[in-house]
Amino acid sequence: MKKMLYLKNVSTLSFNRDLCTGCGTCLEVCPREVFARINGAVQVVEPDACMECGACSKNCPVHAVFVKSGVGCALAVINSALGRKSSSCCCVLDSEDQSPCCSSNKSSGCC
Amino acid sequence: MSPPSINQPFVTGVIETAAGKIPVVSRVITLKDRLGSMKVRCGIGRSSYRVDPGLYALGNPDSESEILVTANYKLTFDTLRACVGERSFWLLVLDTHGVNVWCAAGKGTFGTDQLVSRIGSSRLHLLVRHRSLIVPQLAAPGISAWEVKKMSGFKVIFGPVECLDLAEFMDNGLVASRSMRFKNFGLADRATLIPVELLHSMKIGVCFSFLSLILGGFLGQNHFFENAVKYGGVMSAAIFIGIFSGAVLGPLLLPWLPSRSFAAKGAVIGMITPMTILALTKGFLDSTWSLWEAGTIFMVSMAAASCLTMNFTGSSVFTSLSGVRKEMKWAIPFQIVVLACGLVAWAVSFLAE
Repeated sequence: MKKMLYLKNVSTLSFNRDLCTGCGTCLEVCPREVFARINGAVQVVEPDACMECGACSKNCPVHAVFVKSGVGCALAVINSALGRKSSSCCCVLDSEDQSPCCSSNKSSGCC
Repeated sequence: MSPPSINQPFVTGVIETAAGKIPVVSRVITLKDRLGSMKVRCGIGRSSYRVDPGLYALGNPDSESEILVTANYKLTFDTLRACVGERSFWLLVLDTHGVNVWCAAGKGTFGTDQLVSRIGSSRLHLLVRHRSLIVPQLAAPGISAWEVKKMSGFKVIFGPVECLDLAEFMDNGLVASRSMRFKNFGLADRATLIPVELLHSMKIGVCFSFLSLILGGFLGQNHFFENAVKYGGVMSAAIFIGIFSGAVLGPLLLPWLPSRSFAAKGAVIGMITPMTILALTKGFLDSTWSLWEAGTIFMVSMAAASCLTMNFTGSSVFTSLSGVRKEMKWAIPFQIVVLACGLVAWAVSFLAE
């Protein structure tokens, strides 16, 4: 089955080739095959597949990858725009760093 | 952190180890477990569907057995204990407040800090001779492998995305193939998510439908019930066609609908469904349904379906926050305008007697 892709050129993913040691952890943790090893060097091959989950930047030991992580959930964006801290949807964006914050004590939700 | 209770239905005994008494869990998924899974899939009692966090034994593990790390959402826990086959493992369950691995990792509850503290409190260094843990790959947004290693001495090995690949992963010597690392969002994945989406939107849909029956009843020129059925019926049809399009057909047909934007995909299916119904039930436009009534159905269905399919971004596994923000900038105004057009068409249908 063909890989499903979301909007073009929106991901905040950035990759610094000079810092990369080629350990390959990003290739291992990325569930969307955004990275590939070409002639031994790690490269971003499909930035549009990135869903900004943050696994790569969290696991890069030399901080060569950076992504502003968050959850791609419309309801979470609405909730944060309305200033809700928690809602029926478990996804609420934290207003300070825009990271997803799933309220633990509320019932049901989108994730 | 106290060890998990042995008074949980899936615990079949205890095992004595150098790290203390560890509850043994059953591999068998009972009818009650299955019913529980079905219930949460429909959105009932999801946040309280949990197991005690802590260390468990699956099968008859020893000091050489691998440790699998998981979340305390019971659906996740059940999936794991049923899919590992005949192998024995230690299960280290993190407290994610009953949230699945992926969402909890995004939030940070399934995170480096909790993992490191549970490694210590569960005394894993006494339990096993090796120094490694198998963590689900989808926990990587919350777990920093190099930090865990630095802080606890335990090496994090990211396991496959799907638990069904675990056996092959073990046979490969803890190496995941490229396909095991890729998270797709196939038809079956999308279909399982539909009941929750549908039930949530139906709650709202039924309220609005009821409101439209009352409004239609009062605003029409004939008897209350006659009006309610005539005008409220049109609006209710519009609402339910929109919900069916946006919460069921949109997710199912996702890869085949045009555009990459979810809101646009929803708008398209929100148009196609009433058109199909129109074609299948000929005479829908000329006899009983006026042009304005048809306009109501098309517009309301399109707005509702666009909104609901856009909302499915939260359930999908390939949408990014930046992308969702971008499409919402045009989608929300679009949905409001289309809905307003639908309401105007409905209002005109009362006058166009």
